[in-house]
Amino acid sequence: MELFVQQLLDGIVKGSIYALIALGYTMVYGIVELINFAHGDIFMLGSFIALAVLGWFGVAINPQNQAGLVQGGFFPTLIIIVLTLLIAMLLTGIIGVLVERIAYRPLRNAPRLAPLISAIGMSFILQNIGQIWHGPAAVSYPEVFPTGTIHVTSGISVAWKDIFVVVVCVMLMVILQTFVQRTKLGKAMRATAQDYDTSKLMGINVNMTITLTFFIGALLAGAAGLIYGLSIHSMQFTIGAQAGLKAFTAAVLGGIGNIPGAMLGGFLIGIVEAMSDQYISSAWTPVVVFGILILILTLRPSGLLGQQVPERA
Amino acid sequence: MQKAIQPTSKSRLARATEQRFTRTALIVMGLVLLFLFVLPLVYNKANLKAWGIQPFFGVQPPALIGQLADAAQYVLLALGLNIVVGFAGLLDLGYAAFFAIGAYTYAFLASPQLSTVTHGAIDIHLSFWLIIFISALVAAIFGALLGAPTLRLRGDYLAIVTLGFGEIVPAVFLNLNTVPLTRGLTGGPDGISGIDPPGIATFGLGSDICPKLSMAANGATGGCSFSSNHAEPYYYLAIIIVVILIFAVTNLRSSRLGRAWMAIREDEIAAAAMGIDTVRAKLLAFSTGAALAGVAGAMFASKLQLVGPGSFSFTVSVFVLCMIILGGIGNIYGVIAGAVILQLTQSVFLTNLPNNLHDLGTKNHIDFLANTDWAGLKFLIYGLILVVLMIVRPEGLIPSARRKAELHGDTGEPAAEVAGVGALRNDETERANPIARAERESLYDVRDEDESHSSDVDKI
Repeated sequence: MELFVQQLLDGIVKGSIYALIALGYTMVYGIVELINFAHGDIFMLGSFIALAVLGWFGVAINPQNQAGLVQGGFFPTLIIIVLTLLIAMLLTGIIGVLVERIAYRPLRNAPRLAPLISAIGMSFILQNIGQIWHGPAAVSYPEVFPTGTIHVTSGISVAWKDIFVVVVCVMLMVILQTFVQRTKLGKAMRATAQDYDTSKLMGINVNMTITLTFFIGALLAGAAGLIYGLSIHSMQFTIGAQAGLKAFTAAVLGGIGNIPGAMLGGFLIGIVEAMSDQYISSAWTPVVVFGILILILTLRPSGLLGQQVPERA
Repeated sequence: MQKAIQPTSKSRLARATEQRFTRTALIVMGLVLLFLFVLPLVYNKANLKAWGIQPFFGVQPPALIGQLADAAQYVLLALGLNIVVGFAGLLDLGYAAFFAIGAYTYAFLASPQLSTVTHGAIDIHLSFWLIIFISALVAAIFGALLGAPTLRLRGDYLAIVTLGFGEIVPAVFLNLNTVPLTRGLTGGPDGISGIDPPGIATFGLGSDICPKLSMAANGATGGCSFSSNHAEPYYYLAIIIVVILIFAVTNLRSSRLGRAWMAIREDEIAAAAMGIDTVRAKLLAFSTGAALAGVAGAMFASKLQLVGPGSFSFTVSVFVLCMIILGGIGNIYGVIAGAVILQLTQSVFLTNLPNNLHDLGTKNHIDFLANTDWAGLKFLIYGLILVVLMIVRPEGLIPSARRKAELHGDTGEPAAEVAGVGALRNDETERANPIARAERESLYDVRDEDESHSSDVDKI
């Protein structure tokens, strides 16, 4: 039982990162119906950017103990991390906007599968940039949190960094949900997702709205990049594509285009992975994850929270 | 080959055949075939030296023939995926799964693997010419099996399920090796090696003929077998198989089934209302597409003589998808062009580009060219090629000739070629995505009356 709860907690930590990446997929899909294959690589670059920003603040990997903990105590550390998060998010967001400008906007009026290919091309380009930047090997990330764990009961423990991961993810999701549901810009996004032409007629600047969507999606990917680095302590230029595939799966599982769905899907995939790693075998985890995905989609063809669109003649 | 079509009169069949292969297409195909046939005979080191010609992008002649033989496998994959995505409009992101199934089928039936696992109890070494059909059949069965859960799904939900299968199949081949019941069966990450190459009979000419055909004498069968030292036999074999399958797929497209696929792609509900059994047609699309991948897999296994799970990753599925979309989805010649161009771009052009650019730089004293690490930029250049090609020609290099078919579609088959130029038109996503619709209307402003009428109905 304790093992189960422990795996559940680990799954939630993993899942919250998937959920953050999945949000970018689902928002972009909701508004332009494009599987943004480059999104996972934007996440990877975001992680590298965050590493660079941490470096500016003087947080570097100490080769002796692999710890780069800021000496100033709890609050300075926290401030630096929050600042890093914000700067990395902003810079990654700009990359997202650039990608949209270069590879997707010229294809706004092209056949449906054309942007998919330019997305794949963009993914190759971003991966190559990551590879040139940090080389083909994995790069280690500094340890900034206290390394100890909090013992909930005898067999269950939570690391400080895990608490940070979940808190930041949940906060970002709440902010996003509020933004999309309560603000004027959020309303414009929902309207554009619903009906592009009519939104245009209603005076919504749809181009700006689409740019904004890509910006927010990449923003969240940047946050996920920092969080991933601080949590896993390593990043490699190929990680983006792998995590992106899982996050995309999460988005579809929840019902693509649906924001709470992406969060649910992310957590679910994370938990399933953790359980499969523990109880079956990590070698079979991809089979289990995709098997469950196929099963769920066979039973609910539009994902868990996706709307069952009635077929119109 | 004409069996699939049920002509009501002979003249209609004749007209249909004429429409399938226009005289220009046949002439072009003949010229291309002649070129491909002569290429290995003319393009060799002695001739190049005698004529003072530089090798094509620095690739020595034997290597180029091998690359072309490999490209033929991708042509088959592209033809097969084009059936699923281009004809039937079902986005498949896990097509490499069937490639893997075909390759492993060949590996099991023509290698010492089963014998090793069962300690000699089972020892199967079938002929290439038989296994190629078995591979196609096995892949087709899996195509139908894996297609079944997707029948209710639409658009990108279908894509993700196929993606899931594409991830599951190589993982199963990787991990079956450690499961108690099948221990050692698939060879795990190392895969299966020692696979038999294809062979031919000598037809009473004796094994002396083998070296003349760039093959090796095979004592066990008394015939000649292909060898990894000489790519020419593989090259000619690949051309023969590709040509046969081009004819098969072209006929299939204008068959009753092919027209059903395109009707489903255009509007599934309308197709069902017209009496098309959409379940059957979709399953057949998956299994026909898979069968071609099975053949490609068998060719892959027989040429490399080694099969491992790493060769069938998601990247392969994406790569083939890029080929058909870049080439011009729905158009058989387009997807072939896309496959050859992209494969050669990757295996010949990009592989040799770093050296070529470096040499160019040193010869002409351009420091920038000489000093840049071009090998490290391979993927960046590849990505740029994809993005730029797509922006320049979003409908693909050779788009399917929708307009042409509409103008000449007087054979009582108006739906025969209603392919959007390169467009995958799923009616529901189309409606949900007004951008795509608006775009299409602006792109194809010249429409016949039926078309514009139907799009008016769309808007209501």
